[in-house]
Amino acid sequence: MKSITRRSFLATGAAAAGVTATQGFFPAVLRAQSDPIRIGFPLPLTGPFAALAADQQRGAQLAQDELNAKGGIMGRKVEVLFRDDQLKPAVGAQRTKELIENEKVQFVVGGLAAHVQMAINEQTKKSKVLFISVSQSDEISAKPDTSPITFHEALNPTITSRVMGKWTCDNLGKKWWIIYADYAWGKQNNMVLADTLKANGGTLLGSTPYPLGSAEFSAHLPKIQAAKPDVLMSVTPGADNIAFLKQARSFGMDKQMKLAQPLVWISYLKEGGPELYQDVYGATNWYWELQDSIPTAKKYVEASMKKFNMPPGDYGAYAYSAVLEVARGVELAKSTDSFAVADALRKSPTYDHFKGKQWWRTCDNKSFQDLWIMKGRGPGKTKGEWGLVDIVARVPADEKYDRTCAEKGFA
Amino acid sequence: MDLAAVLPQVFTGLVLGMIFVLLAIGLSLIFGLMTVVNFAHGSLYMLGAYFTVFLLAYTKSFWVALVVAPILVGGLGFAIERLLIRRLYGRGPDDPLLLTFGLSLVLIETAKLIWGKIGLTLDPPRALAGAVDLGFMAFPLYRLFVIAVTIVVLIGLWAFVNRTNVGLIIRAGSRDPLMVRALGVDLNRIWLLVFGVGCGLAGLAGALAGPMRGAYADMGVTMIIESFVVVVVGGMGSLLGAVVAGIMMGQVVGLTTLFAPKLAEIMVFVVMAVVLLIRPSGIFGEAGLAE
Amino acid sequence: MRTVTEWVARHPVFAFALAFAVFPFVVPYKALAAQVLIFGLLAMGFNLLYGYTGLLSFGHAAYYGLGAYGTGLVLAKTKLGSLWLGVLAGPLLAMVGGAVIGFFCLRRRGIYFAMLTLAFAQLLYFVAFHLADLTGGDDGLRGIPQLPFQLLGWSIPLESTLAFYYFAYVLVVLAVAALKRILDSPFGTVLQAIRENPDRAAACGYDVNRIKHLSFVFSATFAGLAGGLDALRLAVVPVESLYWTTSGQVVIMTLLGGAGTFFGPFVGAGTYLVLEDRLSVFTESWPLVIGLIFMAFVLFLPKGIWGTLVGRLPIGRI
Repeated sequence: MKSITRRSFLATGAAAAGVTATQGFFPAVLRAQSDPIRIGFPLPLTGPFAALAADQQRGAQLAQDELNAKGGIMGRKVEVLFRDDQLKPAVGAQRTKELIENEKVQFVVGGLAAHVQMAINEQTKKSKVLFISVSQSDEISAKPDTSPITFHEALNPTITSRVMGKWTCDNLGKKWWIIYADYAWGKQNNMVLADTLKANGGTLLGSTPYPLGSAEFSAHLPKIQAAKPDVLMSVTPGADNIAFLKQARSFGMDKQMKLAQPLVWISYLKEGGPELYQDVYGATNWYWELQDSIPTAKKYVEASMKKFNMPPGDYGAYAYSAVLEVARGVELAKSTDSFAVADALRKSPTYDHFKGKQWWRTCDNKSFQDLWIMKGRGPGKTKGEWGLVDIVARVPADEKYDRTCAEKGFA
Repeated sequence: MDLAAVLPQVFTGLVLGMIFVLLAIGLSLIFGLMTVVNFAHGSLYMLGAYFTVFLLAYTKSFWVALVVAPILVGGLGFAIERLLIRRLYGRGPDDPLLLTFGLSLVLIETAKLIWGKIGLTLDPPRALAGAVDLGFMAFPLYRLFVIAVTIVVLIGLWAFVNRTNVGLIIRAGSRDPLMVRALGVDLNRIWLLVFGVGCGLAGLAGALAGPMRGAYADMGVTMIIESFVVVVVGGMGSLLGAVVAGIMMGQVVGLTTLFAPKLAEIMVFVVMAVVLLIRPSGIFGEAGLAE
Repeated sequence: MRTVTEWVARHPVFAFALAFAVFPFVVPYKALAAQVLIFGLLAMGFNLLYGYTGLLSFGHAAYYGLGAYGTGLVLAKTKLGSLWLGVLAGPLLAMVGGAVIGFFCLRRRGIYFAMLTLAFAQLLYFVAFHLADLTGGDDGLRGIPQLPFQLLGWSIPLESTLAFYYFAYVLVVLAVAALKRILDSPFGTVLQAIRENPDRAAACGYDVNRIKHLSFVFSATFAGLAGGLDALRLAVVPVESLYWTTSGQVVIMTLLGGAGTFFGPFVGAGTYLVLEDRLSVFTESWPLVIGLIFMAFVLFLPKGIWGTLVGRLPIGRI
């Protein structure tokens, strides 16, 4: 029987080491001057929110194309590098390390879900790289997590739930039941919704947590029906949203009370279909039919239709805006140093990339922006493949909707 | 205690229990006869749901889909046993567990590749939509259907295992495979059958669960762990144990959700740990079977 | 030079130290090296229990997680400001956890044992998830400071990737040396006897349960050190550390490398992590590739990469 000779064994080992070594050295050699400006983008391309991540990716790609069509930033091409963070903080942190160390990105945009964002943020803070977070989190813009180079483009539970809470109270009813996913985002929304309801003179009949990802709501629904609320406010992210609405309707609850949620996501609207989302109310940061009234929106939607044959979605819009903001900051600061860019953005905080005026608040680098309240269009009333909701109200941006600087830990 | 609040919960727990039962029976059958821990069971459940969506779109008939999807999954089970598991006989007891663990990763990713990452919606047929007034609550008709189907399947299985020759061989083979082989029975074919049937049951569970929760690639990931818990509590290799434990666990989850929602997810594990420490082989299990 | 392989077999710890001294310069980027080192240690801890003692635990995430939270909590929540205390707290907490959980789980064998280890790990996961005020819940434990390494008046900051790597490297080499000591001792031999035939070992007069329990505790301690180091590396402790998928990854790594071999876990961790890292740049379906590779190994190369490589050589099991 032939055994592995030591020669072949050592040879294989040396070859393997050689291959991995050159892998490590090669990129460094190739990286000479007039580098492109690289933006790292960790996002959960696999995992339960993959659809939202795909939207983010499209938004970032649109921004990249738009910038490069104009000749790039300061004459340098823009490259957005996507990495799958699997919606796991440890992976997000590792990918960020890889992007910073191996790909030498100068900036990081990304993250979906608060816990991953914060893990990414720890790495960008350590490596002194500017990070613009593009999904919901209350903590990322507050102490101790935030930093002078941590920016938050997306909305957060406080803003969304205060806005949606007040509007629901004023327009749909003052006796509520809240059902919420039992994790940080769900709990935060629940807390803010309950406070807002109380502040507006409403009554909370009950509040039910459920384990995130567990698509079995039937255990809770009879109790809710028995309490007879005006409004059932559901904080059910991702696929849970569809499962929940399905089960609520199967119990006949849509006929007994109004269904509302702090956020609606276009990807799930499409997947669930108009029958499921009919007359469901929710807030959003962006909806493509806004192009009828806002010029920058029209430009954005057209670019998306041209490249992807579909209108941009809510999370894609955050990514689009964030990448463009990085570019704007670099142009203003005339440098790719993260601290300089951050200072530049704070000095000229106002911008409008796709939906009207937005601005960065100085103390916490938080982006303030308009929201809209939407209502699902029933079957037969939809306009084409993506015309799935009616815009019911616009809520202009206002710093009062978020916690104050003091509340976030800034003196 | 408010009976009006508890009764609906008992009913919804019953439906959940039925899904557990279908999954646990498959797992228990496979383990009892073949000493194989089938970690891919959760992904076969998931495929049952996806196949149902696919067949529904293809044939426009929910009833056809409901019958054919489990058969397809069972067929896949045959292939898995014949091509993969059979190679591992004679090796350590952990190898089939590890192999099926890898297989579950492969099946989940393949489902995502074929059907996309976001999952698909699945609606019960018109005939089963709507709710039935049971007096203390309006209970969705489809869920009653799930309970009914599971009971029918259970009766059929019981008859099969206890009243047919094949069933006799299965029961004998669980107890003493060596002896059965010595008597000249071709156990390989029986194992193929059992594995296929077990997988088919998982597919049925998925097909039934689909209209309640939708079809998405990760739907089997939590179910597999909970199914293992059910099997272990009931006693690995005991069909009666799988039924009792499945129904029991459904109630545990349902009632904990009502009284202490935060504990709902942990409760199954707490129950398992307690049961195992008191009755080491599960409620109906036989000592020595799994060691 | 058969002598090279023989030398490696006779001085495995030294060979390991040499190989990993240059490891950061061999992998695509340095941060990957620290990850391989730490997960290799975790797999090594698991391997002590599975490969050498023959007990398949599906809940090793518990000890990794306890280690991470132990170190994280001491560094983030207390004002002690000592890196040493932080690093020691992790494995210490994991050791205690291993002792307690092991005591319960070892009352059963086989698949029941595996299920019990899984159950306890899931229990810990839910506790960590819901004790959000203490652990940060699903947002993770944040605010772990990057304290410098202080010894005899020297203070070396650990913020750069390489500095942290060599700090972890020293501790891992010490752990590997400890493992060698354990395996070489009579205790280590009995472990392997138990793996081969527990009843016979009992018949020879060994207190099998006590030895299994001790192995469990050692295994948990190594895993806890890995967790503590990872908490420092990431500056956060995600609650997913305790989820059963982490346990599954450890099993894959160990098997890929070669269960029951000395270097197998590190080879497996390196292969898995480098594969995952490089594949995920190209495709979103990398779990498919890893799943297929893993299945191929279970079917055709059950000894794993390293196990198969050295299985043919007459140098004993390294």
